[in-house]
Amino acid sequence: MGSNKIKKKSGSFNMAQGRYTHLWFLMPAIIIMLLVVVYPLVYEIIVSFKNVNLLNLKSGRYPFVGLDNYKSIFTDGIFYRTLGRTVIWTFINVTFHVVFGLFLAVLLNRKLPFKGIIRVILILPWAIPQYIAAITWKGLFNFDYGTVNIVLNKLFGLQIPWLSDASWSFAACIITNIWLGIPFMMMISLGGLQSIPRELYEAAEVDGASHWQQFKNVTLPLLKPVLTPAIVLGTVWTFNMINVIYIITSGAASEEAQILVTMVYKKAFEYFRYGYSAALSVVIFLILLAFSSAFIKAQKLEN
Amino acid sequence: MKKELFDRTDTPLRITIIYIILFIFCVLSIYPILRILTVALRPGNNLFSTSLRIIPSDATLENFKLAFTKYSLLKWLLNSLIVASISTAFGVLIAIYAGYAFSRFEFMGKNIGMSMLLVTQMFPATMMLLPLYLMLIKLKLAGTYLGLVTVYISTAIPFNIWMMKGFYDTIPKSLEESAYVDGANITTSFYRIILPLAKPAVALVALFSFMGAWSEYIVARVLLTDASMITLPVGLVNMQGMFSTDWGIYSAAALITAVPVMILFVALSKYLVGGLTLGSVKG
Repeated sequence: MGSNKIKKKSGSFNMAQGRYTHLWFLMPAIIIMLLVVVYPLVYEIIVSFKNVNLLNLKSGRYPFVGLDNYKSIFTDGIFYRTLGRTVIWTFINVTFHVVFGLFLAVLLNRKLPFKGIIRVILILPWAIPQYIAAITWKGLFNFDYGTVNIVLNKLFGLQIPWLSDASWSFAACIITNIWLGIPFMMMISLGGLQSIPRELYEAAEVDGASHWQQFKNVTLPLLKPVLTPAIVLGTVWTFNMINVIYIITSGAASEEAQILVTMVYKKAFEYFRYGYSAALSVVIFLILLAFSSAFIKAQKLEN
Repeated sequence: MKKELFDRTDTPLRITIIYIILFIFCVLSIYPILRILTVALRPGNNLFSTSLRIIPSDATLENFKLAFTKYSLLKWLLNSLIVASISTAFGVLIAIYAGYAFSRFEFMGKNIGMSMLLVTQMFPATMMLLPLYLMLIKLKLAGTYLGLVTVYISTAIPFNIWMMKGFYDTIPKSLEESAYVDGANITTSFYRIILPLAKPAVALVALFSFMGAWSEYIVARVLLTDASMITLPVGLVNMQGMFSTDWGIYSAAALITAVPVMILFVALSKYLVGGLTLGSVKG
């Protein structure tokens, strides 16, 4: 039989796979990724060694400046402060996303009347376009007319300058982004929880394990394969989350509320320092690459 | 036997606490969205109010009308629809095939390929934007939809492929194998058997791609300079003027923009549990 021969040759479990079958399926993806990911990436790295600014932008001839762009990044104190802020931003956001998401998923993973409608309400922040959410929260944080201050004022007599003070506006951005990101982690966790067989919990109960012990020894280890990629992805997305900070801090003196990506964006499209921004993008990419490989490796070693 | 409403192990006290917690989270989740509705329903002369009522006492639909007459909301809607549809079509088509290859075939560089897709997620938005912007200026294509659609497709593809691969993995291989025994080739088995089964994943991937393009602001703001070509997000953010903002009209427009995708999202959300399989990271 012809198909058997192919199976032997390629050592594959798929009887119908010929030598080049996978290429037919992959070709469109490969072509478009080469065109719009690899090519720009290479171009970006080249530009990061050049001086590109508003004056020579249209000419297409950019002078080579060696490591100057990188030097001016690493000798500027603002880079380190922004990097520190980005790490705080990412850590707080992802922690809250995972903790709240997992917590809500555990609450919902049981027989509960109205569960369906509760779940729908809880995923709404994911369904709304991010920029609309950001603008809406900006309105909620308004000093005089925003709901947040009205409520805080009624409860504690507080009025916080959410949008005019850099640290407070950074806090406002974090609150907004936590709100945005919980549903994703909740749904991921819920999917993972539903795949854990009930019998495991029943067995644990027979052994006299408390709810916390069951969570720690049954739920968490079994959720790990689902949560690990979600956390890596969540971290990368949060690190590169530009919408929330850009929109909430726009229109205010906000140098001290930026994270690295918004800094790149502003440097490129508001100050027109393209070469410098390219170098900064490369730095961000390398940081994330290092983090992700370290995280995945650490997870693997634990297993 | 009566069908039980709750798990056997849950006490009434625990159920009450669970409902209270869930209620608080529901309020936090839905309030900001209802707030948009409140502002949209307010008449123009009642912009600054410290009332916390959801439906204002003097509610009016005037703002929804003004959004179309005072601003070119219809034009923006059409522009966004064009851009989002093209991006979705390509983003989904490419992922359907590539995901299948990653799920079913053995080939060199398979694991590296999957990891590389994850790596692309690490590029800051500007990393693609800047070189594409410079390239488009060189090619004199800046200000066309080509660049924008290209960016959207390339940002959607990696996630789409991961999702499709994860879903194909859950379909038993025996289905195709019995088809091959019956003499089907790979094309027929893929189109006749696998693709129909993968409908939920395709729907999800399409939804995410569409939402991504429908809601993207940062890239569109840079690439689209012609006022007649701007997409919804750019138009909406621009409505926030330097000195005064028609908050009522803006909110009406925001609802018109957000509600259709939210309905789609909720309608498909039953597939999210289980369909959202990212698979395990192999590197």
